Amino acid sequence: MTVDLQLSVNDQLYPLTVDTRETLLDTLRERLDLAGCKKGCDHGQCGSCTVLVDGRRVKACLTFTVTVDDKPITTVEGLAGERGLHPLQNAFIEHDAFQCGYCTPGQLCSAVGMLAEAALGWPSAATPDIAGTAAEPVLGEEEIRERMSGNLCRCGAYPGIVAAIGEVAR
Amino acid sequence: MTTTEIKYVGAPIDRVDGLEKVTGRARYASEHNPRDLTYAAPVQATIARGEVTGMDAGAALKVPGVIAVIWHGNAPRLAPSDAAELSVLQSPRVAYRGQYVAVAVAETLEAAREAAGLLRVGYAEETHDVELRADHPRLYRPEYVNPRFPADEVRGDPDTALASAPVVVDATYTTPAEHNNPMEPHATVAEWDGGGLTVHDSTQGPTALRGELAPLFGMPPEQVRIISPYVGGGFGSKGRAHPHVVLAALAAKQVGRPVKLTVTRREMFAVTGYRTPTIQRVRLGAEEDGRLIAISHEACEQSSTLTEFAEQTTVVTRMMYAAPHRRTTHRLVRLDVPTPSWMRAPGEAPGMFALESAMDELAVACGVDPIELRVRNEPATDPATGLPFSSRNLVACLREGVRRFGWESRDPRPAVRRRGRLMYGTGVASSTYPAYRSPSEAWARAETGGTFTVRIAAADLGTGARTVLTQIAADALGAPVERVRVEIGDSALPRASVAGGSMGTASWGTAVVRACEALTRELERSGGVVPPGGAEASAATAQEIRGQERYARHAFGAQFAEVAVDADTGETRVTRLLGVFAAGRIVNPKTARSQFVGGMTMGMSMALLEESVMDARFGDYLNHDLAQYHIAANADVPDIEAYWVEEDDPHLNPMGTKGIGEIGIVGTAAAVANAVHHATGIRVRDLPIRLDRLVR
Amino acid sequence: MRPFAYERPADVRSAVATLEAGLETGADAMYLGGGTNLVDLMRLGVARPGTLVDVTRVASATIEETPDGGLLIGAGVRNGDLAAHPLVRRRYPMLAQAVLSGASGQIRNMATVGGNLLQRTRCSYFQDVTKPCNKRAPGSGCPARTGDHRNLAILGHSESCVATHPSDMAVALAAIGVTVHVEGPGGARTVPMPGLHRLPGEDPSRDTVLSPGDLITAVELPALPMAARSRYRKVRDRASFSFAVVSVAAALDLDGEGRVRDCRIALGAVAHVPWRAESAEAALRGAPATEEEFARAADAEMRGARPLRLNAFKVPLARNLLVRVLADLAETP
Repeated sequence: MTVDLQLSVNDQLYPLTVDTRETLLDTLRERLDLAGCKKGCDHGQCGSCTVLVDGRRVKACLTFTVTVDDKPITTVEGLAGERGLHPLQNAFIEHDAFQCGYCTPGQLCSAVGMLAEAALGWPSAATPDIAGTAAEPVLGEEEIRERMSGNLCRCGAYPGIVAAIGEVAR
Repeated sequence: MTTTEIKYVGAPIDRVDGLEKVTGRARYASEHNPRDLTYAAPVQATIARGEVTGMDAGAALKVPGVIAVIWHGNAPRLAPSDAAELSVLQSPRVAYRGQYVAVAVAETLEAAREAAGLLRVGYAEETHDVELRADHPRLYRPEYVNPRFPADEVRGDPDTALASAPVVVDATYTTPAEHNNPMEPHATVAEWDGGGLTVHDSTQGPTALRGELAPLFGMPPEQVRIISPYVGGGFGSKGRAHPHVVLAALAAKQVGRPVKLTVTRREMFAVTGYRTPTIQRVRLGAEEDGRLIAISHEACEQSSTLTEFAEQTTVVTRMMYAAPHRRTTHRLVRLDVPTPSWMRAPGEAPGMFALESAMDELAVACGVDPIELRVRNEPATDPATGLPFSSRNLVACLREGVRRFGWESRDPRPAVRRRGRLMYGTGVASSTYPAYRSPSEAWARAETGGTFTVRIAAADLGTGARTVLTQIAADALGAPVERVRVEIGDSALPRASVAGGSMGTASWGTAVVRACEALTRELERSGGVVPPGGAEASAATAQEIRGQERYARHAFGAQFAEVAVDADTGETRVTRLLGVFAAGRIVNPKTARSQFVGGMTMGMSMALLEESVMDARFGDYLNHDLAQYHIAANADVPDIEAYWVEEDDPHLNPMGTKGIGEIGIVGTAAAVANAVHHATGIRVRDLPIRLDRLVR
Repeated sequence: MRPFAYERPADVRSAVATLEAGLETGADAMYLGGGTNLVDLMRLGVARPGTLVDVTRVASATIEETPDGGLLIGAGVRNGDLAAHPLVRRRYPMLAQAVLSGASGQIRNMATVGGNLLQRTRCSYFQDVTKPCNKRAPGSGCPARTGDHRNLAILGHSESCVATHPSDMAVALAAIGVTVHVEGPGGARTVPMPGLHRLPGEDPSRDTVLSPGDLITAVELPALPMAARSRYRKVRDRASFSFAVVSVAAALDLDGEGRVRDCRIALGAVAHVPWRAESAEAALRGAPATEEEFARAADAEMRGARPLRLNAFKVPLARNLLVRVLADLAETP
């Protein structure tokens, strides 16, 4: 079964006819040539497909495309602005926060979403005083590690990832 | 060596492909969509042994958009081959659960998957045997273990020496099956044209893959082209062809259109290789002061009925420590299981878990500090071959680690350090990995504008190969690194060895240096200026490598771990991990640190988390996804420290390098297990060290 | 994956009507919330709906204070928003902790409160359509009993099923004791929790007492002052982004003399339901808040445990964890 819709990705509108079974991940990769969104497991278990929907980090592999026709989507291809790379992209290069690079787009999108969550005062499992005030948490290494644990990296670039995000968070 | 000033080798420059990777522009195998592309969805056997007796494709073929259903009953014939694992859909036999028995091809991924799910496969099931046991009646001694070592080796009289040794450690260690699980699943886009085959694939060796694929289709290698500029990790699992590549090429041939086949994460647990489980008995006989008299290391491991893959688990023990009496053996059993393959430091990783755990037990038994024990057993020459070591700086690594880790103040008593509910402990283990080199070829070209291009069919699976080869070429050419472009990842480029065995930089770097030297000589002949139309030169290294001096060449390292074990729950977390390595010259400190840290992270993951669980009843690896097969997540990993000692070894290669891709995983699990013993007094000899083994 | 129709109704009533219509036509209609479990199960072939009724825009996504000092949490509230809410954090810290210990940031941004309650077990056999499973294919057998059950149930299981409920959030809600608001074909009703989830018994195919067509619309938390002193602790193999091996949610109310006036305790990953530890609670009420008494209470709860070959370690683990969480709570000022 198919549905006609318009998808808004990285501030561009894409008119599409999609199979209702199509996930956002497959639409981006196979239909829109936005292959920066990576398929690592296709079951929500690795984080490689992380994109921002309505500014929030979510998994494209668990999102049917038909459900997000009314929401703005940002992928790694949309992170850089007119003035160049997003600070996180620069920091990832500087800190060698990747090796093979396959989880990297998901890590970057996740980090953007995570920093936004922290700015709203959201706690994490590493936040010591959960009942405390909703002041913006201090993003030390332990907080960053916990908040970024939804993005697996088999190359083991975690220390670089934590350092890169920590630098941008400051 | 040239007299060119070393300028870039040794410099921590950023990855040359970093920009592509952080912007999403780097294209991996499945990210190529040729015109008329179709999608393939394979079907896996649901029995572990038997035959496919029939295929009902009626419902599958009715799915809109389905183009073909292919199984052994209608598949194109491949040329007869010894590579049984690659003879896909050529026989009704099923050798393991999860083996590909059919494939559906359709206009869209969704339709292909739906059709694959609707296929009804008939089976004649036979009783299967999937359990590795040390007393398995069908254990046998293979002639060789990988890559070509004798399976057994005996020096002196180990039994008599063990019987009379003042101190004896006799323990059995087990390591489970482990899956490589690179983040990028294996994927192939296959396209036939004019009789030739072009394959976009995620591979560690374009030249080797071409050589495996071409004969199956009865073609000379030149008619097959493998393109793989970016590889999302491999860790050995992309070092050789696996069935999906053949299946994609075969399907593309059948439907006459390009086919994209992306292996699912679940399928990867059956069809793309894994590390064999091992059962290892280690016996150490020593004097009261810890000096070894005898070492016995015997391993049992598995392979499939299709292929004899004999991992070299105890080979490392032949060169590690000095002892007059030694026995190292391997026994294999061919089971109805998926075919094992290479996984980061095959042999060394499981083998050194056992040996280095046993050394820790010996240190405890003798009351000798584990560092001092290892120092006392340093050999003067290679115990395996009698050859001199080109360099052996294990002791330097241990000493440097002692200083950096703060080992001197360590209280050896187990289970006495407690802060709150956490018990702390520290452990150490040695690391080693051989420094091989393999023949490769390279081509270099100078343009009149002052730029250079270097070509070699190397692979960068995240190792930094593209970056370090650029540095090596820039120095060999005496050119700024920005003016050198290195092209890799394409079998149309000069042939290169596989990215494996930690020998990429040594093998490819030698060829690149020689090609650049030849180009420099070419330019000198034309008066130091690039002639109109540019200048080219190439080099091959087979002769140079054949003629190299006889030395035992190995990298060494020392791994230090601190763990915290929760006294209530048994949860173990690594709180500190520090490695010191001696691996020749380090070409790029930035990417090298990532390699060491990455290896240590995987070693920590091996120590605490990883286990592929064989389901005895059904014969497959049960926990076949990333929610059940745990690899270390960010929260598991402390700020890992990796250091190296200066090592100037003139007997290696023009760069003076040893490999660094695998040594980081070697010994890590033992260091963690030894630290757990120090923390709790409990010796865990079976990986992974999960809380079930510690909760009381 | 089977092709399916996608419906996006405008309100709760039409969602229920749409689903009912879908059921009547044999289309196996299902509600779609955040999709974090259902989409996965559809890809695995475990769930095969012919119609998906997207309820993410109809279910309430707000958290309101109730007149008695409790909270009414809309079923459409995303897990991330739930854990970040100041009143949840202050009044029911164990609920915020439970939610934050589950899954990952991305999944918490997608998953809804209603969907979280209706998660299905992560038992390997349930998730593999090539193998038998009484929950997925009633009557086909339970290979987990003799196969791999390291992380399956020790309490309340039956011959036909040893699955565990995977949710962290539900464990905290079971400890709090909440009221689940449901809109069904017959109108609105409430279901108490504990009571929403059921033990497997002879029919493990049903995880809850809900019927097809029922839609969870809200979860109502009672005022529970003692929950301000509460805690959720999750034991797991991996430090983050993994399911519990055992978890505990507990709240403790002490009198001025160091005795337990009241308490709420629930265990996770030990049973087919979020396990309210009533025996332990009963043993503790009126007892001195000491480690000895906590251990006695934990033993009382574990007396009913029937571990299998590979998960016997969960008994001492659950016991130790329960003692530790209670002891930590007792020391909390």
